[in-house]
Amino acid sequence: MTTKTMTGVEVRLNPEGFFEDPSQWTREMATEMATADGLALTDKHWQVIEFMRREFTEKGTGPTVRVLGKASGVSIKELYELFPKGPAKTAARLAGIPKPKGCI
Amino acid sequence: MNTPEEFTAEKIKKVSIIISKGSLEGIYPGLIMANGARAEGMDANLFFTFFGLDAVHRNRIDHIKVATVGNPAMHIPTLMGALPGMSALATHMMSKKMEELDIPPIHEFVEMIADTGAGLYACKASVDMFGLTSDDFVPQVKDIITVGDFYDLAAGGQIIFT
Repeated sequence: MTTKTMTGVEVRLNPEGFFEDPSQWTREMATEMATADGLALTDKHWQVIEFMRREFTEKGTGPTVRVLGKASGVSIKELYELFPKGPAKTAARLAGIPKPKGCI
Repeated sequence: MNTPEEFTAEKIKKVSIIISKGSLEGIYPGLIMANGARAEGMDANLFFTFFGLDAVHRNRIDHIKVATVGNPAMHIPTLMGALPGMSALATHMMSKKMEELDIPPIHEFVEMIADTGAGLYACKASVDMFGLTSDDFVPQVKDIITVGDFYDLAAGGQIIFT
């Protein structure tokens, strides 16, 4: 585990940069992480990030790309344009939730 | 628990995966690896050759079956595996299980992988051998290419044969 100061707050992260404690997350932190990744967050990005948090709250795990494509209102093609480094993984990190488990 | 060292090794940036078999269990691993590569932000190409072409064949993509004969891991006697309907039954059971695990059917999976930006290609030698043309394939197949073209596409990445 490592810690990082985001928006002036000490945040606990795992070695891959995912939040250890999703309740520490704020929208401002997502913006700060995205900026560090070279991503400028648009409304579409936020739609995905908010969907990730809702799914995590309801199900205890982040959605797969398949679920994102079917239920977030953003198509798989668009998801990869928004998050070129992998939508499920990047959006989960920006949303302050654990990396989605599973192979799909 | 993952240690930081595991994340400092240089990551694979690109994979080119060859699918050469036309059974359900021959096709899925390559699709899962290609989809997984894109999910991790790697570039991915899929090259369909020999019976693997069935995975992108317009009329066959929805009829891919599990091989129940000559497969000791099925744990049923070979003769029983040869009974009519056995392959369909095994396919049905496996597809149901996969749906529960959120693994898409092959047709949807092929469309999904193309949407991730991976390149799907058919092998020219096999296409010629089976007397096929580009019209025989689902629209996600970008091109029919030679083995030389494949190596050019694969340059700088890893090649996986399945």
